Amino acid sequence: MNRKGEASSPRGSRFRFMEIIRNQRRRNLQEWLLTSPSLLWLSAFFLVPTLLVFFLAFRPADPYGGIGAGWTLNTLKALGHSYYLDIAWRTLWISLLTTAFCVLLAVPAGYALARASEKRRRLLLMLVIVPFWTSFLIRIFAWKSLLHPDGLVKKALDALGLTGPQTSLLYNAEAVLLVMVYTFLPFAILPIYAAAEKFDFRLVEAARDLGARPFQAFRKVFLPGIQRGLLTAVLVVFIPALGSYVIPDLVGGPSSEMIGNKIAQRVFVDRNLPHASALSVVLILAVLAPLLAILVLQRKRDKEKPQVIVQEDA
Amino acid sequence: MSEFLEFRGVSKRFGAIQAVDNVSLEIRKGEFFSLLGPSGCGKTTMLRIAAGFERPDGGRVFLDGADITELPPNKRKVNTIFQSYALFPHMTVRDNIAFGLVIAKRPAAEIDREVGAMLKLIQMEDQAHKKPDQLSGGQKQRVAVARALINKPDVLLLDEPLAALDLKLRQKMLIELDMIHDEVGITFLYVTHDQGEAMSLSDRIAVMDAGRIEQIGTPAEIYESPRTSFVAAFIGDTNFLEGEVTAVEGEYCCVRIPGFPEVSCFNDKGLQPGNLVYLSIRPEKIQISRDRPLTNTRDVNAIPAKVEDVIYLGSNTKYWVRRDSHRVQVMRQHFRFFLDEKPIRWKDDVWIWWSSDDGFMLERFRRDDEKLMSLPPQKVGEQ
Repeated sequence: MNRKGEASSPRGSRFRFMEIIRNQRRRNLQEWLLTSPSLLWLSAFFLVPTLLVFFLAFRPADPYGGIGAGWTLNTLKALGHSYYLDIAWRTLWISLLTTAFCVLLAVPAGYALARASEKRRRLLLMLVIVPFWTSFLIRIFAWKSLLHPDGLVKKALDALGLTGPQTSLLYNAEAVLLVMVYTFLPFAILPIYAAAEKFDFRLVEAARDLGARPFQAFRKVFLPGIQRGLLTAVLVVFIPALGSYVIPDLVGGPSSEMIGNKIAQRVFVDRNLPHASALSVVLILAVLAPLLAILVLQRKRDKEKPQVIVQEDA
Repeated sequence: MSEFLEFRGVSKRFGAIQAVDNVSLEIRKGEFFSLLGPSGCGKTTMLRIAAGFERPDGGRVFLDGADITELPPNKRKVNTIFQSYALFPHMTVRDNIAFGLVIAKRPAAEIDREVGAMLKLIQMEDQAHKKPDQLSGGQKQRVAVARALINKPDVLLLDEPLAALDLKLRQKMLIELDMIHDEVGITFLYVTHDQGEAMSLSDRIAVMDAGRIEQIGTPAEIYESPRTSFVAAFIGDTNFLEGEVTAVEGEYCCVRIPGFPEVSCFNDKGLQPGNLVYLSIRPEKIQISRDRPLTNTRDVNAIPAKVEDVIYLGSNTKYWVRRDSHRVQVMRQHFRFFLDEKPIRWKDDVWIWWSSDDGFMLERFRRDDEKLMSLPPQKVGEQ
C-alpha cells in the first residue's frame, strides 16, 4: 500500500507482487468460505437427488414398490406409448400457452409500470407483489371457490347468460390454463418491468420523430430494447409451467393431466419409482433443452458484438 | 423571406413550473435560428413543442402556413437530433439511417441509394455495418444527422447536439454542421446554452430566460445592443454601473453614477430623467492609459481609476480597475509589439475612457418600484 516505496525500489515492486498473490489467495479462500454453505446445500439436496433420479430411471421396479436388481431400458421405452405422448403434448401446449398469455399481459404491464410516476409505480408494483404474501395453495383454493358451480364467477356468468348449467368452469384444461397464467404472471411482469425501466424512452420519441406510428415505435424499438427481459420472462414462466403439478391436480381433471401429475401418480399410487424417475428425466431434459438453446443463442450474439472501442476521429 | 415555422402565444406548464410563457416567434425559411438560454429557460420545451413531443397548454404552432399544433410527431415534416443522439442500439448504422425510409415503405432500391448518399455525406461508408456502441461520439453525431436529414424535413431541430462532445471535437462538428446547413439549405432550429455555438452558427438568435424571450436578433445585434441586463450578462462579458438619468440632451443623456463624474451615453431606449439604469460597457470598448486622453468630454467619458488586477493573455490583456466602489473590467487588444511599451501594472493610476456611443443603458426599475420593494409585502396594495 506504500506507493512511495514501491516506486523507488525494485524490491518494493516484488513485495507488492507477493502481496497481490497473498491477497488473491485470501480472497479466494473467503469466496470459498462464503459460497460453501449454499454449494454444500445445492450438492446435497439438489445435485445428488437429481443424479439418483437419473440412475433410478434405468433400474427395474419390483412388485412391492421397491427397486429391482440389474439395469433396464424398458421403463424409458415405455414412455414412447401414445398415452404418454398425449400427456407430454398437453403439458407442452398448456405451458406454451401459459407463457404466451403471461408475456402478452406482462409487456403492457411492464411498459405502464416503467412510464408511471414514482408514486403510482410503487403502488402498482405492490399490487403485483402482494399476492406473494398469501400462500400459493390458498390462492388456488380461492380460484376453486370462484369457479365452483356455486362460486361467484360461475354465478355471474350464468346470470349474464354466457354459461349454462351444463358448462363447468372447473376440472378442465381451460381452468388449468387460467390459474397457471394467474400464478405465473408476476414472474413475467417483474423481469419485463426491470428491462423496461432501464429502457431509454427517448428512443421511442426518436422513432416517432422519424415517422413511426405509436405501435410501430413500440414494435421496432421498444420490444427489441427489452429483449433480455422478455427472454427471462419466457424462461421463468415456461420452465416452472412444464413441471406444474399442484394446479392441474386441484383445478384440472383427468383430461387435463400434465407430466407432473403422472410423476406423482407413479410415486404415490403405483409406487413405481423407476417409472416416475424416467418421466422426471424426460421432464428435466425438456427443461434443459430450451435453456441451453437460449444460452447458446445469447453467447453467439455476444460474440457478434466485438467489444472494440473505436478511436476518436478528431 | 417570410415566417416558416411560427410559434404564436405558446405556453406550457409542468406542475408548478411555467416552462414556456406566452412565446411568439417566427423563424424564416432556410434560416439557422438558435434558442439560447441557461438550463431551465424553456428552450428545450420549445423544441419539443415544435417536434410534437409536448402539446402546448395555449397558443398555436404553424409550419409553412399550416397549423401543426395537434399533429403527432410522425405526421410533422420536422426531424430532431437529440442531445443523446438516441440512436437505436440494436440496429446498425445503415439501419439507423434507413429507419425513416423503411417506416415510410419506400422501395428497397431507393432506400439503398438514399442511405448510400447519406453515408457518403457523413463520410462513414466503411462504418455502415457497425452498431452505435462501437462508434465514437463524433461518429454517433453524424449518424444522428444523417438519420434526421434522410427524411428531407422542412425543419431540422437540434437539441444541444454538441453538448456531449469534448471541446476539440465540438469545434470540428460546429464547422461540419455549418457546412451541412449550407449544403442542404433547410431551416435549422438549434437549441443551446452555449453562447459561442449560437453566435458562430446562427443567422438569428432568440435569448430566453424563465420561459420568455428576452431578445431576438442577429448575433451582432444581441451582443452590441442587448435589450435587457439578462441578455447583456448572458452574452459575453460586460460592466454594469448603477446610475440614474439626470438629463436628456438630444439623442444622448447624462447619467449620474455615485463616485463618478457625470457621464454621457447614447439614449437608445428613450429614457427619461429620473429613470434608474444600468450603464453597461463591454470591456473591449473601454480604453486604458496612464495619461489623460486628449479628448473633449462631450463624446468621450474619461475617468481616473486605479489598477487592481492585470491578466496578460498574449493577444490581449485584461485589467480590473477601481473607481470608488466600482470595479470595472477593461480589455485591451495588443495591435503592436507589446514589449516596447511600458506596461500598466498593479496599483498604477490610470485613465479609462469610452465613447458615449459605445455604452448602452439597461433599465432597472423606477424609483417608485424601489419604494414599493422596500415596503413589507402586505403594505404594497395600500399605496
